[in-house]
Amino acid sequence: MAANADILPAAPGARRSLAPGLSIGISSLYLSAIVLLPLAALGWKAHGWGAISTPQATAALKLTLELSLVVALVNAVAGTAIAWTLVRDRFVGQGFVNALVDLPFALPTIVAGLTLLALYGPKSPVGINAAFTRWGLLLALLFVTLPFVVRTVQPVLFELDREMEDAAASLGASRFTTFLRIVLPSILPAVLSGVALAFARAVGEFGAVVLISGNLPFKTEVVAVYVFGRLESGDSGGAAAASVVILSISFGVLLAIGALRRWVTRHDR
Amino acid sequence: MIAKYALRFVSLGYLAVLLVAPIGFVFWQTFEHGVGPAWDTVATPDALHALKVTLILTAIAVPANTIFGVLCALAIVRHRYPGAGIVNAVVDLPLALSPVVVGLALLVLYGRGGWLGGHGIVFALPGMVLATIFVSLPFVVREVVPVLREIGTEQEQVAATLGASAFQTFRRVTWPAIRWATLYGVVLTTARALGEFGAVSVVSGRLAGQTESLTLYVQDRYQSFDNTGAYAAAVLLALLALATLLLMTRLKPNEGVQ
Repeated sequence: MAANADILPAAPGARRSLAPGLSIGISSLYLSAIVLLPLAALGWKAHGWGAISTPQATAALKLTLELSLVVALVNAVAGTAIAWTLVRDRFVGQGFVNALVDLPFALPTIVAGLTLLALYGPKSPVGINAAFTRWGLLLALLFVTLPFVVRTVQPVLFELDREMEDAAASLGASRFTTFLRIVLPSILPAVLSGVALAFARAVGEFGAVVLISGNLPFKTEVVAVYVFGRLESGDSGGAAAASVVILSISFGVLLAIGALRRWVTRHDR
Repeated sequence: MIAKYALRFVSLGYLAVLLVAPIGFVFWQTFEHGVGPAWDTVATPDALHALKVTLILTAIAVPANTIFGVLCALAIVRHRYPGAGIVNAVVDLPLALSPVVVGLALLVLYGRGGWLGGHGIVFALPGMVLATIFVSLPFVVREVVPVLREIGTEQEQVAATLGASAFQTFRRVTWPAIRWATLYGVVLTTARALGEFGAVSVVSGRLAGQTESLTLYVQDRYQSFDNTGAYAAAVLLALLALATLLLMTRLKPNEGVQ
C-alpha cells in the first residue's frame, strides 16, 4: 500500500506539468513588468486630446491611415498572388522564392529602408528617386509588410480541396468564376487576417520609413516619426498622446483578428 | 496557360523589384572593391562597439524570452485560471505595437519624473535591454503554444500516474515534444533582437561609442553622409539576417510549397 501511495499522485492533474503556480506566476509577473507597466505609465502621461488635434499631428495621422489602407489593399492582391504562385505553380527555384518571402521579417527595418534608398533614392542607378516622397513611404511599407498575407493564405490554399474547383470547371465555370466562387470564399478569412496584420504593422512602422521619408511635416511625416520628433523637441506629452492613438489602433486590429478567428472556427466545424 | 505565366511573372516581378533588386544592389556596392575594403569600413572602433552592444542586447533578451516563452506557453495551454485570456492577448501586443510607442512607454516609466525614474535605466544599456526584451517577447510563446495544444496531455498524465515528478514529466515528456518549436521561436527572437531599431533608438540617447547598437550606427553613418560605412554595417546586419533566414527555412515545418 505504501508503494501505491507513492505511485499514485494524491490529486490527479496537479502534477500534470510544472507546478501551475510557477508558470502562471512567473509569466504574469514578467508580462506585467515588461509590457503592462510601461504601457500604463504611457497612458497616465497622455492627458487631453489637445496635443493630437494640432494640424501637424492630424496630418501625420491622416497620412498614416491612408498609406496603411493602400498598403493593406496592395498586400491583399500581391500577397494572394504570391501565395498562389508558391502553392499552385511549379518552377525552378521555388524553394528559394519561398524562403525569400520571410526576408522582410528577418531583415532589420533600418537596413530595409537603407537598401530601398540605395536603389530608389537620390543616387539611384535606375533613375527613380522616391526619397522624401509618399511613393518612397509606400515602397518601404510594402517591403516590411510583404510576408503577412502570403504566410496566412499559403497554408489555407495548400489544404484546400481541389475537387470542388474541378467540379466547378467541369460544370462549365470559367477559371475566374471558379476562383471567385470557390477559392476566394475559403481563403478570405486568411486574406483578411493577413491584411489586418499588415495594416497594423504599417500604422506603427518607424525604422524602414525614417530614412526614406525625409520626415517633412504635412508631406511625408507618418505618425511614428511624428512621435519621435515630438520627443526630440522635449514635448513628451504630445508624443504620449499620439502614441495612445497608435496604441488604440493596434488594440483594435488585434481584437478584430481575434474575433475573425473565433468566427472562422465556429463556422468551420 | 497564359494566365498562369502572367501570374507567375507578376508575383516574381513584385518580389524582384521590392526585395531582391535593392538588397542585391547594396551587396554589390559594398563588395564592389572586394571584401578587404568593406571589412576596413566596418572595423572602426565605433562600429565594433556598436556590434558588441547589439550582441549584448541579444544575449540577454533571447535567453530571458526563451525561459519566459516556454513557461508562458505552459500557463496558457495547460492551466485554467482567471485572466488566462488576458495573458494570451497581452503576449500578442508587442507584435502589433509600434516600436516607437514601446520606446516612449519605457522612457515615460523609467525616465526623469517617471514612476520608476532616476535609476540610470534610460539612455543606458539597461533601457535598451528592456526595449529589446519587449519587442522580441512573443515569438517563443507563439511557436510553442500550438505544439502544446497539439500533443495534448495524455502522455503527461501517464507519466504522472507512473510517479514522475512535475519536473521529470516536463524534462522527459513535454520538452522533447516542444524542443523544435522552441528552437524556431529562438531563431525568430534572435532575428528581432538583432534588428530592433525604433524602440532602442528612443531609449538609447544615441551616444556614439556608448549606447549605439549596430542598427543605430547604420542610421548615424547614413545621416553623416558616410554611405560606405552605412552600407558596410547594413550588409553585416543583412548577413546575420540571411543566416537566421537559412535557419528558419531548415527548422520550419513545411507549410505549403509544392
